Amino acid sequence: MNVYKLGVKNALANPLSTLLSILLLVLSIGLISLMFQITRQLDNKLEKNIRGIDMVVGAKGSPLQLVLSSVLHIDVPTGNIKLKEARRVSRNPLVKQSIPVSYGDNYKGYRILGTSKDFLELYGAETGAGRLWEKPFEVVIGATVADKLQLSPGSTFSGSHGLMENSAESHDHHPFTVVGILKPTSTVADQLIICNLESIWLVHDHGGSEEHQEDEHDHEEHAHEDGHDHEHEHEHEAHIREEDKEITSLLVKFKNPMGMITLPRMINDKTNMQAALPNYEIERLSNLLSAGSKAITLIAAVIMLVSGISIFVNLYKAVRERKYEMALLRTYGASQWQLLLSMLVEGLLIGLVGFVGGILLSRLGLLVLGGYIEESYQYALGSAGIMKEEVFLFIFTILLTIFATILAAVPVFYLNVSKILAKDD
Amino acid sequence: MIVTKGLCFSYDKEQYFRFPDIEIEKKGHLLMLGDSGVGKTTFLHLLAGLLKPAEGTVSIEGTDIAKLSHRKLDKFRGRHIGIVFQKAQFIHSLTVEENLLLIQNLSGAGQDKGRVHAILERLNIAQKAHSKGTNLSEGQKQRVSIAAALVNNPDVILADEPTSSLDDKNCTAVTELLKEQALQTNASLVVITHDHRIASQFSNSIRL
Repeated sequence: MNVYKLGVKNALANPLSTLLSILLLVLSIGLISLMFQITRQLDNKLEKNIRGIDMVVGAKGSPLQLVLSSVLHIDVPTGNIKLKEARRVSRNPLVKQSIPVSYGDNYKGYRILGTSKDFLELYGAETGAGRLWEKPFEVVIGATVADKLQLSPGSTFSGSHGLMENSAESHDHHPFTVVGILKPTSTVADQLIICNLESIWLVHDHGGSEEHQEDEHDHEEHAHEDGHDHEHEHEHEAHIREEDKEITSLLVKFKNPMGMITLPRMINDKTNMQAALPNYEIERLSNLLSAGSKAITLIAAVIMLVSGISIFVNLYKAVRERKYEMALLRTYGASQWQLLLSMLVEGLLIGLVGFVGGILLSRLGLLVLGGYIEESYQYALGSAGIMKEEVFLFIFTILLTIFATILAAVPVFYLNVSKILAKDD
Repeated sequence: MIVTKGLCFSYDKEQYFRFPDIEIEKKGHLLMLGDSGVGKTTFLHLLAGLLKPAEGTVSIEGTDIAKLSHRKLDKFRGRHIGIVFQKAQFIHSLTVEENLLLIQNLSGAGQDKGRVHAILERLNIAQKAHSKGTNLSEGQKQRVSIAAALVNNPDVILADEPTSSLDDKNCTAVTELLKEQALQTNASLVVITHDHRIASQFSNSIRL
């Protein structure tokens, strides 16, 4: 038995007020840490998903919607654009790389995305099993999709129209075959079903001869391999169909910053397409979101302050109630510092338990929230380690408890042992 | 062995106490009788070093405790002086055994469970070692506070009104217990009380 154990015993002897202080700490630390985690995870995710995409070209509408739908795949597209017009943008000398994307169907809520193989390269996605698509209706699927839908190379499925699960209209006559599964990338590629553009066109083009489409497919493959350097006879041959071909948007990477300055304006002014800059739009979105997260963090900070006050009040009350006990301890040879130490143990116990509880709460919150986000957006939050901010939060919590305890312990230093012991009561 | 010389103390100008000199041998005992307000508790606190005298000296085993520093006095008191308080009090969040162990720890003499149990055994409350203070009867509490005073083998045992809250039967028992324990631990015993019931049990008494 010593003064440290006495501190623990004292904390346990007053379970209700100790619990209240701990609860307040758990709540505030849980909220703050949850905000840290979500902000970081989203920032991380957003940053990973827009990396390498300087500009998105799509149908006119809200630029934020265009970015959300075409880059992050969490919104409906603004409409379609003509492939021909998109190609004109691709040929601009300021464009380093352009990736067409086309979508509009889903399978069990996961989007089926028609694109070129550059798309996989953009997100550093490699096949973990199987191979890449070679012809229409062959798909590779992201790691999350494979995991959630239990698909493997060889599986077949039919997409349904629209981007939401349970759409009424399904495309049963055009089944897709899984040929490959991508390794996890922690990007949007994980939750997509990816095929070539032709697959998307064919699904939505119910007429037309099989032969012709095959032909066209060859041409397309060519076009992409040659880096948009079109061979004229091919273009001429498929002229009429080229005219009709549409994609949802074009993801563009510039050669140099000049592109950033001239191209978006050119597209917005001179064509009936719109250009959106993901970096800019995401920053706008982040600013909108951060207002919310700031408000929550502020509330959490206030709760934390209240918990600090509660620790102070409880310990201060305890000091007054235990005045006689403390005087006794002094007669048994305890110094003032030993009494303070015993109270510090009591306070720090609350601080430590509160912090650990708070971190657990934040992880639990992340799990629940992550599950919810995944369910509604097919967007997975990663598992989270301890963040640098949380280490600071820990230090701050400990300092707060020490400060509150010392403040409460001031009377210990003015204890008039003789007077307290002489009192009759 | 405790010796005082010319002890004076004042809380303010009106209350000025002058106490008689006392000298108690090892195993000796002294009863100090006095009515309320004559400074009994003040005298006891001077002996225990809880108050500093205005004049005079208190020496315990040859150490003048008025000359010790705060820190040293705390430790000296813990090791050499056992106090039985008027109202039996101990740390409520701890069990009887833990209380006694903590007292041993605070005196710096090291903890000895064997001794704690021996004392509780001697005072006939060993079965209550693991109860908390609130679960004890008044008589048991008084015994625990005597155990608390004895646990460090003090040279001087000071008892402040140890019998005021006890009935006649328990009163005699507690006084006998104190005398007996002081004898066993080779301590000098000073009992301060207004309780005339116990006057006959002491051969050596002073009226304040």
